[in-house]
Amino acid sequence: MTMPLMKPKRKNPVLRTRQMNLPPWARGRVALGMTAAAAEGRFELQVCKDCSAVQYPPREACHRCLSARLQWRAQSGEGTLLGTTTLHHSNDPFFRERLPWRLGLVQLAAGPSLIVHLHGEVGDAPAPVKVGALLDRAGQAVLIGFPAAVDGPPLDGGAPPRGAGAERPGANKLWSEHMADDKMLREMTSDPKFRKVLVTDGKTAVGQAIVQALVKAGAEIVWVGHAEPWKKLPGFDDITKLPQVTLVPLDLTNGRSVSELAGEIGGKVDIVINNAEVHRAFGIAARRGTDVAKAEMDINYFGALRLAQEFGPALRGRSADGVTHAAAWVNLLSIYALSNYPPHGTFSASKAAAHSLAQCLRAEMRPAGIRVINLFPGPIDDEWNQNLPPPKVAPAAIASAIVKALRDGVEDVYPGDVAQEWLERWRDNPKVLERELAAGGN
Amino acid sequence: MAQSTTTVLGALVNALTSSRIRVVDLTQTLTPDFPQIALPPEMGQCWPFRIEEVSAYDERGPGWYWNNFSCGEHTGTHFDAPIHWISGRDLPNNAVDTIPVQHFVAPACVIDCAEQVKADPDYLLTVADIERFEAAHGRIPAGAWVLMRTDWSKRLDPEAYQNFDETGQHTPGPSSEAVQFLAEQRDVLGFGSEAIGTAAGQGYHLRPPYPCHYYMHGAGRYGLQCLSNLDLLPPTGAVLICPPLKIQKGSGSPLRVLALVEDKA
Repeated sequence: MTMPLMKPKRKNPVLRTRQMNLPPWARGRVALGMTAAAAEGRFELQVCKDCSAVQYPPREACHRCLSARLQWRAQSGEGTLLGTTTLHHSNDPFFRERLPWRLGLVQLAAGPSLIVHLHGEVGDAPAPVKVGALLDRAGQAVLIGFPAAVDGPPLDGGAPPRGAGAERPGANKLWSEHMADDKMLREMTSDPKFRKVLVTDGKTAVGQAIVQALVKAGAEIVWVGHAEPWKKLPGFDDITKLPQVTLVPLDLTNGRSVSELAGEIGGKVDIVINNAEVHRAFGIAARRGTDVAKAEMDINYFGALRLAQEFGPALRGRSADGVTHAAAWVNLLSIYALSNYPPHGTFSASKAAAHSLAQCLRAEMRPAGIRVINLFPGPIDDEWNQNLPPPKVAPAAIASAIVKALRDGVEDVYPGDVAQEWLERWRDNPKVLERELAAGGN
Repeated sequence: MAQSTTTVLGALVNALTSSRIRVVDLTQTLTPDFPQIALPPEMGQCWPFRIEEVSAYDERGPGWYWNNFSCGEHTGTHFDAPIHWISGRDLPNNAVDTIPVQHFVAPACVIDCAEQVKADPDYLLTVADIERFEAAHGRIPAGAWVLMRTDWSKRLDPEAYQNFDETGQHTPGPSSEAVQFLAEQRDVLGFGSEAIGTAAGQGYHLRPPYPCHYYMHGAGRYGLQCLSNLDLLPPTGAVLICPPLKIQKGSGSPLRVLALVEDKA
């Protein structure tokens, strides 16, 4: 059993705030294939197309037959723990600051043997384990050994981290109650528990669902952005009643509003969730002028830029600040960021711009170990998609996808059936998808 | 050099210098926090006031401080030209750049409705209010501004200033009959208010919708809104100086509104 994380004491203000030393981050081009899969929550290894050998570490050619025809394939991660060791010394600054650190040698059922970081609930060797790939604080894939079977109470509230073996139907009892609080795991993830979160727009159904989900996930404070306070929108009163919630004036179109709020709370925010967006359903010809497109760009792109300029530095400065250190930045993008959906053409363009900016933000946050998570949902079930047929993503599904992404240590999330399907088609052939979307989507 | 008091302007300058004529600022400060008019979200929107620093004696400009700002023609304390409304769109000289500049300096009558508005935020100025004003202060002269004092500008909290509920905005303005009376019977220059529009918050439900816009602009008259400090003006005798920006074919413009007020000797 993992001991539950206790609410940390207030930090001692006379001590210097610890700075981040990233874990080893260098990877070759081939090894980044594992990071690309882990960024979306999959554990993939190279599999030889010629002899079917599964290999680790990643290489340019098959270790058995020397074929260069290798493809990345998802792995179940089932294996046997052969031995463990606990580091009490390390010359690497990241591990040196986090000793002791337990490692294991695992033989996968698929063949390769691997060195993994061990979850605290994995016992001594030999033992069945389940290996998952997570992104570490440097944003690179690392392998984690989870217990293959755990006796414990049924899952209560929070979902287990991905890779832990509990996502199979009926497998909840494999997951113990506080497993996410494991010290090693918390270094890899951005769990909202006891963290202080800023949600940039509480007026939308999505924003309200995010706030509710964060409170349920144990966030200590949720600051909720409240633009144009004179506009009363439904549902808002429900979240303002929550004791964890504090409304803050925040209008991403107004640079002064963003910098004033950053000055006030920037040094305390651990997770930024930028869900503010403007969405209007026009292409080029369906609406005269550029005012609507500008309004979309002003929030969806420039708003994100203003927010990143003002809140980014403070987050970077606190990325090693105790167990509730600053951890993550979440952007609500859209699947339309990948390929323009002409009926929502200007919105698509603004989300493509926001996506590009989010990549820049990720590059600038990575040296500090702050995770940048991008959500690419399909059409959300809100008033601006009223005329779109289902399936549409419920606001609550967006919220739970965000909390899950924070707990799982992933970078890119595609919630909803439409997003999943379009992603697949985009990966298959972006040109074909472009033509299909131009013809109405199907 | 002392100004000659034998000319009208010389006497005016002397009165200003000696503070016998005071200059009262009737303008709200342009700030991003000041609310803008809100239309249903599917409609085109007036931009709120936004400002971004260009440089502040720093690496972006070592010796100077300046900003870029953006806003709509109808942001903050602003002037409405007849072309703003469909009823005034074909009138001659109906835009801010072509309005005769003499109109930008004109007397003002201030009708005090503060008590009525205190009791009813949807209060509509009536013809009876105007007649009562004239009984006390004389007939409203042709070519004068009529300003409706409501003390609404004292609502400093944007939420209270906008005063929305689920049926929309609740702010005072003139009744349809009062607007017609002022435009047709009194030949006024325009109508000024303290709230976000010259028409009442519920003006969309009057007949016609937004009567102050419909009749005033249809008659080639002007509007001023988001005024403040109307409580510092006498009922009659003040002179407004309110030239909008010279925007080509502009429907309105943010502006500084000044009032000259002569102290009683």
